[in-house]
Amino acid sequence: MAKPRVATTSLAGCFGCHMSILDIDDRILKLVELVDFDKSPIDDFKTFTGRCAVGLIEGGCCNEENVHVLQDFRQHCDILISLGDCATMGGIPALRNTIPLRECLEEAYLHGPSVYNPSGRIPNDPEIPLLLNKVYPCHEVVKIDYHLPGCPPSADTIWETLVALLSDKPVQLPYELIKYD
Amino acid sequence: MIASNTSNRIVIQPVTRVEGHGKVTILLDEQRRVQQARLHIVEFRGFERFIQGRPYWEVPVLVQRLCGICPVSHHLAAAKAMDRIVGVRQLTPTAEKIRRLMHYGQFFQSHALHFFHLVSPDLLFGFDADPAIRNVIGVAAKFPDLAVQGVMMRKYGQEIIKLTAGKKIHGTGAIPGGVNKNLTTAERDLLLKDLPQMLTWSRAAHKLAKDYTTEHLAKLAPFGSFESNHLSLIRADGAMDLYHGNLRAIEAQGHKIFDQIDYQNYLDYIVEEVRNWSYMKFPFIKSMGPEKGWYRVGPLARLNTADFIDTPEAEKARQEFMAVTNNKPNNISMAYHWARMIELLHAIEKIQQLLQDADLQGKDLMVQGQRQRTGIGLIEAPRGTLFHHYEVDEQDLVVRANLIVSTTHNNEAMNRAVQKVAHDHLSGVEITEGLLNHVEVAIRAYDPCLSCATHALGQMPLIVELLDHAGHLLDTRSRN
Ligand code: SF4
Repeated sequence: MAKPRVATTSLAGCFGCHMSILDIDDRILKLVELVDFDKSPIDDFKTFTGRCAVGLIEGGCCNEENVHVLQDFRQHCDILISLGDCATMGGIPALRNTIPLRECLEEAYLHGPSVYNPSGRIPNDPEIPLLLNKVYPCHEVVKIDYHLPGCPPSADTIWETLVALLSDKPVQLPYELIKYD
Repeated sequence: MIASNTSNRIVIQPVTRVEGHGKVTILLDEQRRVQQARLHIVEFRGFERFIQGRPYWEVPVLVQRLCGICPVSHHLAAAKAMDRIVGVRQLTPTAEKIRRLMHYGQFFQSHALHFFHLVSPDLLFGFDADPAIRNVIGVAAKFPDLAVQGVMMRKYGQEIIKLTAGKKIHGTGAIPGGVNKNLTTAERDLLLKDLPQMLTWSRAAHKLAKDYTTEHLAKLAPFGSFESNHLSLIRADGAMDLYHGNLRAIEAQGHKIFDQIDYQNYLDYIVEEVRNWSYMKFPFIKSMGPEKGWYRVGPLARLNTADFIDTPEAEKARQEFMAVTNNKPNNISMAYHWARMIELLHAIEKIQQLLQDADLQGKDLMVQGQRQRTGIGLIEAPRGTLFHHYEVDEQDLVVRANLIVSTTHNNEAMNRAVQKVAHDHLSGVEITEGLLNHVEVAIRAYDPCLSCATHALGQMPLIVELLDHAGHLLDTRSRN
């Protein structure tokens, strides 16, 4: 029987949640016996190659591309997990939600003390994605099946969740593993 | 992977096996010759702005959320800046050594991660191997020992970070003026237990990178290569120092552009140009202008700027490395990998020295001085020199922040590497997946942390509608 497939992506996140996946350390060698990896930043599948059992989403949505990727994950994955505080509630990037986007741009590209910008331009090219005015948690954009809190969730939290889901058991995390930070 | 909306535009998106979000576009002419090739940084966060109004003591734990791959670098650069804010120029020996241990642990895990998890598939299987096996899982299947080695080395670095910072990712160890814990003898002994194995594996990893580079030198030397300036921090005696030092910049032949510059004055030397097609800025040396003043940072630059390395095995490796280019600066992009493994060896040697130092068990963790308004902290992060600059008002709130992250310094260089590879390998031929991976191989040499590089934001070029799963409109955004 074909192994279940797992896909991962980082939207408006810092990659720390992906690093926490790698912090399962040698258990990763066990994991690759249980599953095949599909689209993920750690391999070179840039589009989905098949239906996935589980999709892990790091980060919320801060631009149009994040939204498209998230919708694509929803379409291809049976179970979608918001991994970490950014995916579940926007996290640190959502600190910009109380500030007009233009102010953030002007600070970075016009007013910063080391900025050299004689023509006063702000990046604006069809090749770079449109920013949303706010950072959105994933469940405001698509349906999310599980939320794992933490910044990042610990490797044990991720491991326990994956093993339970892949063996069709209910996810029952001990209290110590569920925390925001 | 090859998305194309016109027959002569090629897009590699996302760039994979790098940390963070990036995209490459290549434009071809009628004869399918490469006209233009660019690496775009496609995300923006806005840290410089939203950090304003936060209390200064929160900053070292907050800004590391720029990047979960090298959070310790941001944590420490911000802490160094906040040391100045609380008026501290000299930490206690225990505090400085705990921070250094954390930092070398970070180098160890980050360099191991990059080499084994991200890059080794290209080196072991070839640049145009089947993408289905061209990843760390493919490596685990074919070279299980090597994969285990990579996983365990990264784990060791992460353990050091956990014991010094409290957590493997986004810890809290460094505070303005010092650290919040020392290393107990039990913790030290835990780390000492695995040290001999780590030393052995580090030597082997260095040998692998060295042999690979020297054996394939004819092919690697021109690959995405060009002459450039190089910049790093340097110790007062010219030694490589990853935690602290003054700024040194050299040009492609090794002549010094400036040397032993106190980084509190960095604004006199470095500025950043804004271009409209990337959220990442383009820094250059002010006196030389944007055309000539761009430079490289990171392992290759550090090997080129250093007069020597103060640990024996890494110094011997440095001499071998410099001999390849007759003791002139090495300008080969693919030599970054070898340079990175020399630093891995240096990091483990430093960890060994520190673990034998009783200061790590000291009780004197923090000092305080007279509150200042401005604090600038620089550090050599795994990917290169990292700049943090803050202004803090009388209410202890940040009023201004300026961050120049390591990967940003390499922006021009990575774009040149992309252009060179595109011109040399993609022009006028049928473009395959394997050939496109060549472009990414060149980018990966720089170990870009595109995650860090997205801390700044851009203007909307289009109209976008955000719909929820039921199709309801949540948000629209249009060009103004
Ligand atoms: S939750 Fe924390 S670790 Fe995960 S992406 Fe967000 S900031 Fe990074």
